[in-house]
Amino acid sequence: MNDVISKTRSTADSNNFDTSTASLLNRPMATTTQLSQPDATNLTKQTQHDIPKDMPAAKMQIRDLSFYYGDFQALKNINIDIPDKKVTAFIGPSGCGKSTLLRTFNRMYDLYPGMRAEGSINLDGKNILGKDIDVNLLRAQVGMVFQKPTPFPMSIYDNVAFGVRLYERLSKAELDHRVEWALKKSALWPEVKDKLKASGLSLSGGQQQRLCIARSVATKPEVLLLDEPTSALDPISTGAIEDLIEDLKNDYTIAIVTHNMQQAARVSDYTVYMYLGDMVEMGETDQIFTTPTQKATEDYITGRYG
Amino acid sequence: MQSDKHISKSFDQDLDEAIRLFLVMGDHAASQVAKAIHALIDKDDTLAQEVIEMDFDINRQEVELDEHILLLVAKRQPAAGDLRLVMSISKGVVDLERIGDEAVKIAKMANKLAAQGKSAYGYAEVQHLSNQVRLMLHNALEAFSQSNAEQAFEVMRNDDVVNEEYQSAMRALMTYIMEDARHVSKVINIVWVLRALERIGDHAQNIAELVINYISGQDVRHSDYALVEKAVQEANDRMAARHDGAMSENMSTTDAGLPDTD
Repeated sequence: MNDVISKTRSTADSNNFDTSTASLLNRPMATTTQLSQPDATNLTKQTQHDIPKDMPAAKMQIRDLSFYYGDFQALKNINIDIPDKKVTAFIGPSGCGKSTLLRTFNRMYDLYPGMRAEGSINLDGKNILGKDIDVNLLRAQVGMVFQKPTPFPMSIYDNVAFGVRLYERLSKAELDHRVEWALKKSALWPEVKDKLKASGLSLSGGQQQRLCIARSVATKPEVLLLDEPTSALDPISTGAIEDLIEDLKNDYTIAIVTHNMQQAARVSDYTVYMYLGDMVEMGETDQIFTTPTQKATEDYITGRYG
Repeated sequence: MQSDKHISKSFDQDLDEAIRLFLVMGDHAASQVAKAIHALIDKDDTLAQEVIEMDFDINRQEVELDEHILLLVAKRQPAAGDLRLVMSISKGVVDLERIGDEAVKIAKMANKLAAQGKSAYGYAEVQHLSNQVRLMLHNALEAFSQSNAEQAFEVMRNDDVVNEEYQSAMRALMTYIMEDARHVSKVINIVWVLRALERIGDHAQNIAELVINYISGQDVRHSDYALVEKAVQEANDRMAARHDGAMSENMSTTDAGLPDTD
């Protein structure tokens, strides 16, 4: 039986990578850990046919989306459906394009020169990349919360009311009601109901982030984009916001980018794994974290690279 | 096993250690069974006593491995293939410990039979059954070590054969008892030995099922063979994809003369 024990593991040397010209453009940075990433040209990835069956209707349909920072192509022909009233998590190593992708969903890149998107993103059937779209209205419909809590330097009440005032004409009573509703929705109301006039900056980190979420939901968006919403927060605030996301998904379609894989596993219904601008695999979260189809996904999830 | 390394070396070491502990324990359990059968056939009291005492080691190994697995899960939150591997080891440990217990039962019967004088009947059946069961156990552990789903499937099918042989051996012994009731007490002890061997075969089959679970991601316990075959096919596909991925990286290093940045 000793021979059985001595043959426990055979190791394949995964440190060699493709040095042909075609892959030069895709060559990862030459740090020691990243040298062992799989070569992108040989990557097998999911096709549109492999999108999970029984997905609910798509709220957003991304078709052949490519994105460029100047000459650099950050997103390569992305085809995804974002299911309605579900949480879709985007995971992947740094530089894979997940935050870039999120920012195309509400045309945040319009604010910066030299960036352009090609392809189409259909929100309820309408292509939001078209020239005839009112971007401000889009951003009220597709709300965004960033990694660093960014309350405006105004009162808590005004923080939440700000977006609403831009798009709707409400009476004071209606506005009060809306602010209260938004703060209740983001689980902040009990803590701030007696100090709505206090500055938004006087809150703790976790509270500020919940304030930002309240600000986003106040305009009654249909889609919520969360870009690493709890990376800067302590575990308790993180837990509170994860519970909040569970609750919010009953009413909103949510897309979340996260570095924390356990968070993606806990919070999301569907997970998308991206690598170097490609979508490698999308599937039900339960399936991705127990039996992923693509080797690259398994390697990332188990910590074999990335 | 997984052929790629984790970024964290200590995760790799923890995982390697878990596998090593499991295989060492498996080896120990298998040798306990072999010794117990030898003690029985050769009427060796000392060997039988050794088996009984060495069970202490198997129990200790079970506790040690469970502790190791617990820490691995707490610290590393293994996912996907690693998680399935860890869960399989955690379950397989129970089967190995039970095999150890069955070996002790055989050893105790060996003592009894040595005291009573050799039973005139049944030793051939014991030898035959024990050879098959020991081979099953060896194959199950080898399938685990080599991540070989085909071999594991074969072990599962062998359990059916073993069960049939057990039934026919039992019938033969029953017939013998009915023919001459004076031999009952000696033959009964052989019956217990056969039963212990049949149980060991079941435990080896459990381990084989865990191997297929771990590699294919499908739980094949309590399934019919058609489903198991599907799972084995999927397991082979997974392993092939894994090797293709590693090989294509290895094969494409000879192009374009660009400097290697290793």
